[in-house]
Formats: sequence, structure tokens, C-alpha cells
Amino acid sequence: MANVSMTVNGRAVSGQCEDRTLLVQFIRENLGLTGTHVGCDTSQCGACVVHVDGKAVKSCTMLAAQADGSEVVTIEGLSSGGELHPVQAAFREHHGLQCGFCTPGMIMSAVDMIQRHDGQLDEKTVRQELEGNICRCTGYHNIVKAVLDAASKMGEGAKVAAE
Amino acid sequence: MGMEGIGARVARKEDKRFITGKGRYTDDMVVPGMKHAHFVRSPHAHAKIKSIDTSAAEKMPGVIGILNGNQLAEDAVGNLICGWMIHSKDGSPMNMGVWRPLAQETVRYVGDAVAIVVADTKAQARDAAEAVVVDYETLPVVTTAVEALKDGAPQLHPVAKNNLIYDWEIGDAAATDAAIASAAHVTEMKIINNRLVPNPMEPRAALGVYDAGDDHYTVWTTSQNPHVARLVMSAFYNVAPENKLRVIAPDVGGGFGSKIYIYPEEIVCLWASKRTGVPVKWNSDRTEAFLTDAHGRDHVSTIKMAFDANNKITGFKVDTIANLGAYMSLFSSSVPTYLYATLLSGQYDIPAIHANVRTVYTNTVPVDAYRGAGRPEATYLLERVMETAARELGVTPAELRQNNFIREFPHQTPVIMCYDAGDYDASLNAAMKASDYAGFPARKAEAKSRGKLRGIGMSCYIEACGIAPSAAVGSLGAGVGLWESAEVRVNAVGTIEVLTGSHSHGQGHETTFAQLVAERFGVGIDTVSIVHGDTDKVQMGMGTYGSRSGAVGMSAVVKALDKVELKAKKLAAHLMEADESDIVIENGELKVAGTDKSVPWFQMALAAYTAHNMPEGMEPGLKEGAFYDPSNFTFPAGCYICEVEVDPETGKTEVIQFVAADDFGKIINPMIVEGQVHGGLAQGIGQALLEGAHYDPETGQLLTASYMDYTMPRADDLPSFQVSTTETACPSNPLGIKGCGEAGAIGSPPALINAITDAIGNNDLTMPATPQRVWAALRSAQ
Repeated sequence: MANVSMTVNGRAVSGQCEDRTLLVQFIRENLGLTGTHVGCDTSQCGACVVHVDGKAVKSCTMLAAQADGSEVVTIEGLSSGGELHPVQAAFREHHGLQCGFCTPGMIMSAVDMIQRHDGQLDEKTVRQELEGNICRCTGYHNIVKAVLDAASKMGEGAKVAAE
Repeated sequence: MGMEGIGARVARKEDKRFITGKGRYTDDMVVPGMKHAHFVRSPHAHAKIKSIDTSAAEKMPGVIGILNGNQLAEDAVGNLICGWMIHSKDGSPMNMGVWRPLAQETVRYVGDAVAIVVADTKAQARDAAEAVVVDYETLPVVTTAVEALKDGAPQLHPVAKNNLIYDWEIGDAAATDAAIASAAHVTEMKIINNRLVPNPMEPRAALGVYDAGDDHYTVWTTSQNPHVARLVMSAFYNVAPENKLRVIAPDVGGGFGSKIYIYPEEIVCLWASKRTGVPVKWNSDRTEAFLTDAHGRDHVSTIKMAFDANNKITGFKVDTIANLGAYMSLFSSSVPTYLYATLLSGQYDIPAIHANVRTVYTNTVPVDAYRGAGRPEATYLLERVMETAARELGVTPAELRQNNFIREFPHQTPVIMCYDAGDYDASLNAAMKASDYAGFPARKAEAKSRGKLRGIGMSCYIEACGIAPSAAVGSLGAGVGLWESAEVRVNAVGTIEVLTGSHSHGQGHETTFAQLVAERFGVGIDTVSIVHGDTDKVQMGMGTYGSRSGAVGMSAVVKALDKVELKAKKLAAHLMEADESDIVIENGELKVAGTDKSVPWFQMALAAYTAHNMPEGMEPGLKEGAFYDPSNFTFPAGCYICEVEVDPETGKTEVIQFVAADDFGKIINPMIVEGQVHGGLAQGIGQALLEGAHYDPETGQLLTASYMDYTMPRADDLPSFQVSTTETACPSNPLGIKGCGEAGAIGSPPALINAITDAIGNNDLTMPATPQRVWAALRSAQ
């Protein structure tokens, strides 16, 4: 058994789990944060993407014990103060989700993508960068629109903040 | 149209929980004392079970119980059934082999469930399942329908000689043969419709809870139709009486048909909960989903289309062999028959059609409805042969189609369907304009200068949705009625709950159904709640599949709203001392037309519940229910045009442009409709270009059982789509809705393959059009 401590969505948590416990299992089963989903068992679908120490990670590819001491953000911790994160808002505005199952992973990947590219994205880049997230409902059309719109809004927000 | 009424592009109400991680799917459910299940599954495609030894597994940590088919039989749990009776052309009923929820004597596909292990944790259940020793005697295997029909092939079920389930026909064979014999031109093709795995992103799951105190059963399940699940589990599987069984399908992460059926796992989990005394949860992993979710399509067809000297179609003959897998899944028999061959007239006036369909058992997972269900198979034959015939006849694809379009309605086809409305020229013209069809030669030339082969392909599909008068489908063999129910409850403060038997697993009912109420009463959609997916809340319903929620489910809501409106107006007239016929409902008020008298909606509702001042004889309260049974199918139709570039060096195809022009009749929320088309197109393009389920013919092992092996469409495989709609209202339902859920998956595969075959100059190409296949077809054409 492993004793694991980490910060999840700004809150210090700890728990005991079998050594083989995946981070996603720890998040879902130990912490009861069921917004992070499991859609495959080969680290292909991306429904389980969370942020670990500021980077998008498929939480099914990592043991909970490997995240010991890390700062983890899940979909539940993305928005703050009752305000939706711009990427969440854009997914709703552009109908970038249908069944909602891939959505948390999509949004967490998109936030990371926008940050890495400093908001400077085009359609081709967004489509390439979404390679690791599978959606079966939307045909990606509206997801791409949502990510591009959020990127441009987050870029504007950053500019306003800098002025 | 109000801001939130019919036709408004309203953002979805349900999105808030999904984008914040608050969706509640079956695997998210936790109940006190809950334990976990893992299924022991056959590693062989065909074998006798000689013995099952659980002695070592039972001693493993955390194990609560291990149950197999013998215990299931002791409790008289019934066989899985197919709910649509098809008779062969000789009058004999279909040959339905026995399907036990846990196999007892024989396993017939890799993944066939043999036992269930219940343990404290998922990992413990999995570990113990690996310690269950099943002694198998392997048997010969057959995986393709064509091979399974041959003399000497391995036999799956004693009831089905040569593995034949039925040999069915529709249409006039003699007239069709005569048309072919006297034709000026006949186009012949052999066409394979590839086998697909539906792959909703949420894997199937079930949580069965038996409450011994109340002798009551609850099952949470990933279902598109929880009421049908309750009916079947009680009436046929004998797991629980209907009045003591609650089925809940909470948020469901996509279905595409694969979650219509009642599978062994939910039956066994519920039964195992009673046997072990603990709540039992099972959650499929992805490979398990590949192995056990019902697959789709898998047809092999030979077709002949006959034309006269004026390029008019005179006859269409089809011979199809369909693989139904190892057992007959719930609606499997209807898919290659009434959902398929009845659409073989397409958008065309065809005087003679004949189709013969043989369905066959093989050592593969059952095959059933997958997005489109039969209609993509029909459309693929028609639209491949139309494009090919146009090339052979030296006319443009548009000309050949327009030369044969149906233009007068109603139109009775030779294969049962009576089309009620449509304008096929309108969608064809819209798609040709949007795609700049006329500018294609210039684009082709430009592509050639870059060393690329550019092609353009068209597809004009029709489908039948909103299936259909219950009496009619009953006469064709359906075991259920295909109506829908609704109840509208106006609360004392004027807020409204709409209970529907439709089920949303991504379609956005919580928004679009509320838009109907907003349109009718002028109230905000935030004051309207849509309740679905729980048999304790909604009395009965038929669920969501076949693009039926709009045409059938919403029609039931309309009927219930009619009754509420009638009573509300009567009450308001009484309160205002006005004539009932003068009352109009606008912007949340009941007004006396032509005066300044009005009663707010909430005040009328409150008056209905205080009941201090009611009209003579009126009951208190405001709650009305309705059942709606359609009078006909609906017939969405459209035209898709695809443009591709093929790299002649590698055979790789890039989809450059995809245009869809659809006629869905009346549209409630254009944003949601466009989303449905996008998703359907992605699945159709996936079928045409990427996806295919492959079994090893010797061993029956599924070779494509993970996302590493089965090519799901990803964002960079697809273009952005250009979608638009034309509109002819559907005359058979009150809203004029035709349905939009499946069109994209139905119309797109032939458009894409027609584009590739145009680019490479070879009509002989099989889906999925992988680079290897395209390269080989290109080489053989040169």
C-alpha cells in the first residue's frame, strides 16, 4: 500500500491506496471527484486529462504514487468564484459538447494548449494538438471553434491585464 | 419565435454540469455497501465448457461471490431475446439460437460471459477472475457470413442449419428481373459494408441493487431506453417483477445504437446483487467494450441497376448477406430487413425493386443497430451505383439523379414506404452551390499541378425516422409499440416539469424540449425542467434511437401541452370572466384578446392549486399526459458533396471539403441540429476512411480491440464541415419534424468513396479506404 499526499484543486489531500492505483482511480474513487473520466485503457482517448504541476497529463498513465507531492487540478477546480473558465464558457457557447463524457478531458487539454501557445492558435494547430482526445459525438467541428474562440478571448484578457 | 422558442439557437441548459465535471454517469454512482464485479469471459471464439473451477479464486482476498450460468439457470433467469420476428420467404420463423446471459455449455464468441466475480474492489474482482479455471474444448470457428453459409462450415446453433437465421425477400422479383433483361444499360457492383464498433466514449456500466427489506430492485445502467430495459428484464429475463424494478439511465455518454439493447451484464449484476446480498457495480473497460458491445453493419451485397435508353431507372436488384454475429441481439433482425430494404428506392422513382437478404450466425459479437441502422447500408448501395452508372453512361452524377428524382408526393415506393414530402432538387442545388461544384475542374487542375489527385463525389440520401405507426410495425414483426409518452406538470408557482419517455444521451433534450414549452406559454426555459431516464419518475416510454425524439417524443409533449393549454385557458377565462375563445397566451400571461385584462401564468397556476375559484366541474391541479403514436415514418433527405485529394505516392486521402444540405423539416434548435450533423458526418467519414472491425478468420480473435488498433476519427482526420438545411415540413406530426440524428452517418460514406473513386479513376474500392487500398486501386487502374 502507498500513502499518497498531494494538492488537488487547491486543497491538501492524502490517502492510502494500492501501489498499482492509477492517478485517475485515486481522483475518482478516493477523492470522489468523478468529473475526470475513463474512456479507454490504452491512454488514447484523453477523457482523463488533468493538470499535474501545470501540465496536461492523462491521469490513466500515471500512478497515484507518482503524483505524490504534486499540484493537481481537475475539471472541478478549473473555474473559480462561480465564474466559468473562458474555455468552459466557449464550449457551451459553441456547442462543443454533446454527451459530455469526453468534455472534461477536452477542456483540460484545451486550457493547456492555449497556455502553451500563448493564445496564438490556428485551426490546423488545434486539430493536431487534439490528437490525444477522442470525441465520438461532435465531429470536433464545434470543439475546434470553441478552442479558437477561447484562445482569442484569453489572449485579449491577457492584453487587458498587461495594460 | 421567441428568444427561447422554436427555431432559437439556445445554448444548452445541461451543459453547465458537463463543463464543470458535475455530470452523473452510471460509473459515478456510489451506494452504501457497494461491491465490484468482473466478468470471466471466453478467450475462445467457439468452445464447449467442460468445467468451471472457482475453488482457488474463491479464496482470493476480498472475494464475495463467484456465480456462473448454472446458478442463473437455478433461478430461472430467461434467455436473451430478439424483439423483432422476421419470417423467411418460405414462411418459416427466424431461427433464434439460445443466448444465455452466462454461457452454460458452449461459448460462441471471444468475450462471451461465463461467470461473474464480485469482490470488495475492482482490482480484487479482476485478480480473482483470472484465477477462475475454465476448461474449454475448442471447436472450429467461422467469422464471416459468406463462409458461415457454406456447407461444412462450423455450426453455431442446432436450430440454424448452415448458420442461416432467415432468408427474406421484399419486392417483385419477376418484374425486377424483367426490367434488367430488357434494360439499355445495367450497372453491376459487389459492395461490402464494413463492420464497425460504435464506441460511445462512455463504456457500458451497470449498478444493480437488491433491497431485501422491500424486496425491491434498482439498476442504474447506460441505456438509451430504460423503460424497455425494465419491461424486458421483468417480462422475459425474470430478474424482477416490473412493479418492483426501477431502472435509471442517468447521464449517458453517447449511445449511437449500442446502448439500446439489454445486455447480459446488467441482467447478471442485478441478479448477482440478490444472490450475494450486496450492491454490484460493473464498468466495462474499453477492450471489453470492443469485445462485447454490439457491432454495426457487416453486409456483403451484389447489386444490379437497370436503365432504359433515356437513363431512367427501370429496376434495382439486391442480394445481401448480413452477419449478425453469434446471437440475435435485441433488434438485430429488423436492421437488414425493414430498416434497410424498405429504403432501397432512395430519392428515385424506381418501378421495380427486389431485395433478398440472408442473415447468418458467425463466431463474432452480435451485430445490431448502429447510427443509421440499415439506412446507411441501403444508401451506400444506391449512391455508389448511381455515381458509377453516371460515369458509365457518360452523364454527370447530378444529371442522372435529377433525371430520376421523385417530385410528386405522396409517393408509394415498391418497398413499403410511402414518402410524404420532400424536395430533392432543393437540397441537390443547395449542396452544388455551397460546394462550388462548377468550379471543380479548375481545382482539380490546380491540385494536379501540385501532384495531387482531386476528386468530387455526391450522395443523395433518404432515410425513414420516427418509426412509425405501432400497428404497422407490429404487423411487420416488432415486439413493441413505437409510440412515445409525455406528461406536463405545471407546478403551483407556475414552473413546469415535462416528463418524457425519450432519453437524452447527448442530444440536448433538456434544452429543446423546454423550447417547446417556451414557445407555447412564453415562459423562460429556466422555469422548465425536463425529466427523463428514470422509470420511477416517468411511467413508460420507448427511449431514443432512430432519430425519434423530435418526431415522436416531442409530438407527445405537444399533445400534452395542448391539454394543459386548454385547461389553463378555461381557468383563466373563468378568473377574468371572459370567453374561453378570447384567451391568448403570450409572454407568460393569459390575456383577453383586444382588452387590457390579463392573468400572469403563475397566478393562473396557483389558482389551479388553491382551487378556491374554479369553473363548474373542473378538477383542481394542472397536469396532463399524452401518448403519441405516429401515423407514418418521417423522411429526412439531403445531398452531400465531398471533395478529396489523394496523394498518388502514398494513397493517403485528405478530405478537403464536405458539404451537407439536409431537409429535416421543422427545426427546434439549429445549433443542436448542426451538431448532430457534424457528429454523424464524422462517423460516416470514419466508416469510409478509417474504421473497420477485423476478426482473425482462424481463431476468431478480434484484432481491432483497442484504440491502438481500431482507427477512431480524430480532430486532424476531419475538415470543418459546411452544413445547411432546406425545409419541407413533415405532414404527419404536429411540429413538422423529420429527425436529424442519423443523416450524417447515412449520407456521407458514399459521397466520400465516390470522391476517391473519381480521383483515382477506379470504381472498385472497399471501405475503409485506407492508404494501402487506395494506392492498390490506383495502381490497378493505371
